[in-house]
Amino acid sequence: MILWFTILQMVVAIAAGLLCIVLGLIGRKPADITLGSLVLVELLLIAQLVLAIVQPFVGNPPTGSPLEYWLYLVGAIIIPPLGVIWASVERNRWSTVVLGVAALAVAVMLWRMQQIWTVQLA
Amino acid sequence: MSTSPRHAGLGRVLVAVYGILAIAALGRSIFQIIDRFDEAPIAFTLSAVSAIVYLLATLSLAFGWTRTAWATISFELVGVLVIGTISVVAPGVLGLDEINPFGREATVWSVFGAGYLFIPLVLPVLGILWLRSQRIATAEA
Repeated sequence: MILWFTILQMVVAIAAGLLCIVLGLIGRKPADITLGSLVLVELLLIAQLVLAIVQPFVGNPPTGSPLEYWLYLVGAIIIPPLGVIWASVERNRWSTVVLGVAALAVAVMLWRMQQIWTVQLA
Repeated sequence: MSTSPRHAGLGRVLVAVYGILAIAALGRSIFQIIDRFDEAPIAFTLSAVSAIVYLLATLSLAFGWTRTAWATISFELVGVLVIGTISVVAPGVLGLDEINPFGREATVWSVFGAGYLFIPLVLPVLGILWLRSQRIATAEA
């Protein structure tokens, strides 16, 4: 994990989460902006996955358990797609809120992943 | 979901939160069993059972399996209350050395789900309220 990139991802995930929840609560169905925000969160997670593979080889290994870290990362990566699928079954305001919940969950997991990588001991 | 339109939308959000909790519980359980099962085998076995039940709860809410939803959500509520209480007053019973809900041996039900923002405590209550509203709505129909 690289701190500035983690912070970037968290800001995007929290912004996407709040955007989707607010737009959902005022009655908007999932649209390009809300679905797009989840796509962005997912793309950043994929980049994070690549980083997590590469970083240990360039002098930045995790201090915590790699197994625990990877379980969090895989969990985070599957949440946006599952959220989009669940939101697509019935497209209404609550589907948009679901997208927001998914994004906020990713933000929490990113914070934990940063902890496991840099602070927590195995 | 083919139930009453009233509150049906909130049910979708409930499924989403249950699904995320199931993923979190499964991940934590898998990690603890692989990494440190012998440190607290009772607690970690319970943890695995709860993770599977969370998954079942998610699916039953999503697909409208009403009886399974009632059973799994009730199990979760009883579980978090009973195990939460034991984890605070008598952790040794579960084979835990400490009360810390953020520690090495923490599970989703430790200290009533404190390590998970108390979502494991609140969610089954919301689930039961939602199932009741659906049951009442279906009876009125």
